[in-house]
Amino acid sequence: MSLTGFTALELGKKIKVREVSVKETAAAFLAAIRNRDQTTNSFITVDEEQVLKRAELVQTQIDNGSLCGPLAGVPMAVKDNICTKGIKTTCGSKMLDQFLPTYTAEAVRNLECAGAVLLGKTNMDEFAMGSTTEASYYGAARNPWNERHVTGGSSGGSCAAVAAEECPFSLGSDTGGSIRQPSSFCGVTGIKPTYGTVSRYGLIAYGSSLDQIGPIAKNVSDCAAVLEVISSWDQKDSTSIQRRDLDFTSALLDDVAGMKIGIPRDYFDDGLDAEVRAAVLEAADILKERGAQVEWFDLGLVKYAVPAYYVIACAEASSNLARFDGVKYGYRTGEYEGLHHMYKKSRSEGFGLEVKRRIMLGSFVLSSGYYDAYYLKALKTRTLLKQEFDKAFAIYDVILGPTAPSTAPALGSSLEDPMKMYLGDIYTVSVNLAGLPGISVPCGTDSKGLPIGMQLIGDCFQEKKIIRAAYAFEQSGTYRRSPLACGAIE
Amino acid sequence: MGKEYETVIGLEVHVELATKTKIFCGCTTAFGGATNAHTCPVCTGMPGSLPVLNQQVVEYAMAVGLALDCEITRDFKFDRKNYFYPDNPQNYQISQLYFPICRNGKIEIEAEDGQKKQIGIHEIHMEEDAGKLVHDEREDCSIIDFNRSGVPLIEIVSEPDMRTSEEVIAYLDKLRLIIQYLGASDCKLQEGSMRADVNLSVRRAGEKEYGTRTEMKNLNSFKAIARAIEHEANRQMDLLASGEAVIQETRRWDDARGCSYAMRSKEDAKDYRYFPDPDLVPVHISDAWIAEVKARQPEFRTEKIMRYQEEFGLPYYDAEILTGSKKLADFFESAVTVSQKPKKVSNWLMGETMRLLREQNMEADEIRFSPKHLAELIHLTDAGVINSTVAKEVFEEMFRNDVDPKQYVEEKGLMTVNDESALRGVVSQVIKENPKSVEDYRGGKEKAIGFLVGQTMKAMKGKANPESVHQMLKEFLAQ
Repeated sequence: MSLTGFTALELGKKIKVREVSVKETAAAFLAAIRNRDQTTNSFITVDEEQVLKRAELVQTQIDNGSLCGPLAGVPMAVKDNICTKGIKTTCGSKMLDQFLPTYTAEAVRNLECAGAVLLGKTNMDEFAMGSTTEASYYGAARNPWNERHVTGGSSGGSCAAVAAEECPFSLGSDTGGSIRQPSSFCGVTGIKPTYGTVSRYGLIAYGSSLDQIGPIAKNVSDCAAVLEVISSWDQKDSTSIQRRDLDFTSALLDDVAGMKIGIPRDYFDDGLDAEVRAAVLEAADILKERGAQVEWFDLGLVKYAVPAYYVIACAEASSNLARFDGVKYGYRTGEYEGLHHMYKKSRSEGFGLEVKRRIMLGSFVLSSGYYDAYYLKALKTRTLLKQEFDKAFAIYDVILGPTAPSTAPALGSSLEDPMKMYLGDIYTVSVNLAGLPGISVPCGTDSKGLPIGMQLIGDCFQEKKIIRAAYAFEQSGTYRRSPLACGAIE
Repeated sequence: MGKEYETVIGLEVHVELATKTKIFCGCTTAFGGATNAHTCPVCTGMPGSLPVLNQQVVEYAMAVGLALDCEITRDFKFDRKNYFYPDNPQNYQISQLYFPICRNGKIEIEAEDGQKKQIGIHEIHMEEDAGKLVHDEREDCSIIDFNRSGVPLIEIVSEPDMRTSEEVIAYLDKLRLIIQYLGASDCKLQEGSMRADVNLSVRRAGEKEYGTRTEMKNLNSFKAIARAIEHEANRQMDLLASGEAVIQETRRWDDARGCSYAMRSKEDAKDYRYFPDPDLVPVHISDAWIAEVKARQPEFRTEKIMRYQEEFGLPYYDAEILTGSKKLADFFESAVTVSQKPKKVSNWLMGETMRLLREQNMEADEIRFSPKHLAELIHLTDAGVINSTVAKEVFEEMFRNDVDPKQYVEEKGLMTVNDESALRGVVSQVIKENPKSVEDYRGGKEKAIGFLVGQTMKAMKGKANPESVHQMLKEFLAQ
C-alpha cells in the first residue's frame, strides 16, 4: 500500500516509530499531487522546495524529542482563505492573486506547533461563496470520484485533495455548509465545530458570525485528532470561547447504546434525492441496530433557514469584503481617473460574478429603509431557529439527516440557476445560524458511483456526541471506499 | 433682526482618549514615529485580522459618562459604519449606533451673567480614529499613514440646548476640564485631541419647531468656534429673512477667510449601512464595574475650589484660577506639599507664571519647571538668601529652563550680601557722591532716600537686601 493511502494518525505513528521519515511522507504526497492534481485541480499553491525544507526541520524536532504529538510530521493542506505567512493566500480570487499574508492564522499555527507539514493551499469558491468550487479564479476543482462532476464547495479543493489522497487531512472553512457539503460529495469526513471553538484569527472573513474552520480527513478519528489540535481559546478573536472539553479523541468510542437520535421529518421531503434518502435512512437503521434510540420529529422553520442565511451572510460579506479596494493590497486596475474610479474598476475586475452578486445583495439588505424588513427579520429568524434546535436537543443527543439533497452535480450545471444552488444548502445553513457542531460522514454511493454523506448535528459544545455516533457508524460499515480503490482516479 | 430669531445649537465633540494602546489592537497610540511604525494587521485592515476591545477605553468612556450624569448602557455593542475612504483601512469604521455606552446625561454651565443652565447630553459612544493621508506633491501620489488608525475616540453628543456662542464655549470649557480631570484625554483643540462639530439652526423667537440645521466642521479653536457660530447664525437668518430656505448640509469653516462653504448636502448624504459588528461580542457592565470606576473618579473642580478655600485658606478668586486647568491644580498641590506655603505658591502661579505664560502664548499644561524648584525659590526668598527682585530674575530663568534655583543663585553669585562692613563702605560712598539728594532728604524731602537706595542697590549689583540698605542709609543720614 502506498504511503498516501494511510490515515493521518497511521502516518503519525509510522513517523514516530521511524518506519518512515517526515520527508519521505511529504515526498509521497507531493508526488501524488503532481500525478493527480491536473485531474482534481485541488491545489492553488504548492511549493515543493519549502515543503521538503519544513519536513527536514520537523524531522530534527521529532528526533530531538521536542515534537511527539500524533500529528508530528504528518502532511496537511489548508484552504486558501486561511492566512499563511509568506505563502500566497488567494481566496480563489483574482483580487488576491498575489497576496502574501504577513502572519499565520491561529489554527494553522496550532497545527504547525504540533508538527504538521503544510503541503499547499487548496482551491475554493471565490471568497468561500459557492457550493461547487466552480467559482474559483483558478478554475473548477473536479470530483475525484468522477471528474465530470463538481467537488461541492466552497472547501472543494480541501475535500478533493483528501479523497484523491493528495493529502491525509486538510482544513476547510464552513459558513453555510462549506466543509460538510463537499465532504459529502467527495466521500470524506468533515466537521464544522461549535462557533467559537476554533479561532477565526487569520481566516479571511466571509460571514463573520457564521464562519468556522474545521478538519477534513479520511475518517472520524483523524478529524477528531485534528480538531483537538486546532481548537484553542485565542484572545486575538473576541468570539473565541474558552472550553475545557477539547479532548475530542476521547469520544472515539464504538458505543451508541442509549443515545437518542432524532430525524427531522422536514429533511426528508420531496426535495431530497431518493438514493440519498435511502442511504441515510439505512445508516440510521445501523445506528439503531447498535443500540441507539432513533425516532422521527418535527423541526420547525426549516424552510426559513436558507433565506435567513443568505441575508445575514451576504450582509456581513458586503462589509467584510469592502477592504479589498485596490489601495493597500491585492488587485488594482491598470488605468483609472481618480479615487472612486479606481475603487469601482478594481472591484469590478477583481471580484467574480458570484461575489459581486452577494456583495450587492448584502448592501441592499443593509440599506436604510430595507434594514428592518430584511436584515433585522433575518436576525429574528435566526433566534427562532436556534430555539427550535434548543427544543430538539432537550430530547435528542444528536440530529441525523442528509448533508445535501443530492450527490455531486455535473460540472457546469449549478451556476446557471443560483437559486437552486442556494436551496441545496438547506440542511447545512441552519447549523451555522444556530452556531452548532455538525459532521458529515460517508454513508454510501449512488447508482452513478458518487458518494452520499450523512450529517450528524449536535447541540453547542457537544462535538463529542456527534463524533461518537459518527465513529460507531463508521466502525460498523464498509461504506468508506476510496476513489482510488474503485479506479475512479489513478 | 437678531431679536426676531433664536439660534439653536447642539455639539458633537470627538475626544481622543489617553490610552497607551489602540482601541482594537495592541499598537501604541504615541504621537510621532515613522510612517506606519505603529501598525499591525488589525489597524491596517489586513485580511483575516480581528478586533479585540481595549478595556481601558470602556473605563474612560464610562468615567466621562458618570461625570456627565449619564445612564450607562449595561449591555453595549459596536456597529460598523460602512463607507469607502483610503484613510479607513477596512472601509468601515467600528463605532456605536444602536447601543452607545452612555445616554441621557447633563452638564451645568454658568452663563456670562452668572446664571446656571443645564445642557443635556444625548449620548456618548466609542469609536476608532482613521489614518492620515499625506499628499506628496513632488511624486504626485498619496501616502497613507495608519499610525492614528485605531486610536480610541469618544463622541459626546449634546442635546440642542445651547443658544449662544458664549454658552457653547462655556459648555466646551467645562467638558474639557472634566475630561482633563479624569485623565481621559488632554483635550487639545489645536492638536486635534478634541474636535467639535457645531449643529446649528435658527427659528423665529417663540416657535416650538426647530429650523433646518447645518453641521459645521473644521473648527480648531474656541475663537474659531465662536466666529463660525456668529457667521452661520447670521447666514441662516439672512436666508430666512429674504424668504429663502436653509439647506440641510455639512459645511466647512475656513478660519483664515472667516467664512464657511458647503461640503455635502442631505441629498448626497451617505447611507452608512450600519449593522452590529459580528467580530465583537456584546459587553456587559456590572454594578461592581460601575462602582469600581466611580470609586476611582478624581476630585473635580467644584470640590477642589471648596477645599482650597478651606484647607489652604485661599481666596475664591485664587482657587478658581488655580483649578482652571488640571495640570495647574496638580502643580499647585505638589508645590504646596513641598513648601507648605499655599498662599505664596498661589501668588507665584497667579502672578509671574501667568504673566510669562501669556507673554509666550503658552498654556498652563506647558509649564516646564518643577513644583520642587518653585518651593525651593520660595524658601530662598523667605530665608533672605535672595531679595524679591533677584527672585523674579531667578524665576524667569527657572520658567524657561527649569534651573535649580539654589544652584543657579550660587553659580551666578546672586545671594544677598549680608556683609555689613562692605555695605557701610558703599553707603558712605553713595552719600558722598550724591550731595544734592542728601541735602533734599535732610531738608525734609523724605522721598529722596529712594534714589539713594536705588544707587546703593545698583552699586551692590542688586544683591543687597533693600530693607537693610534703607535702614543703614537712614542711620547714616541721621548722623
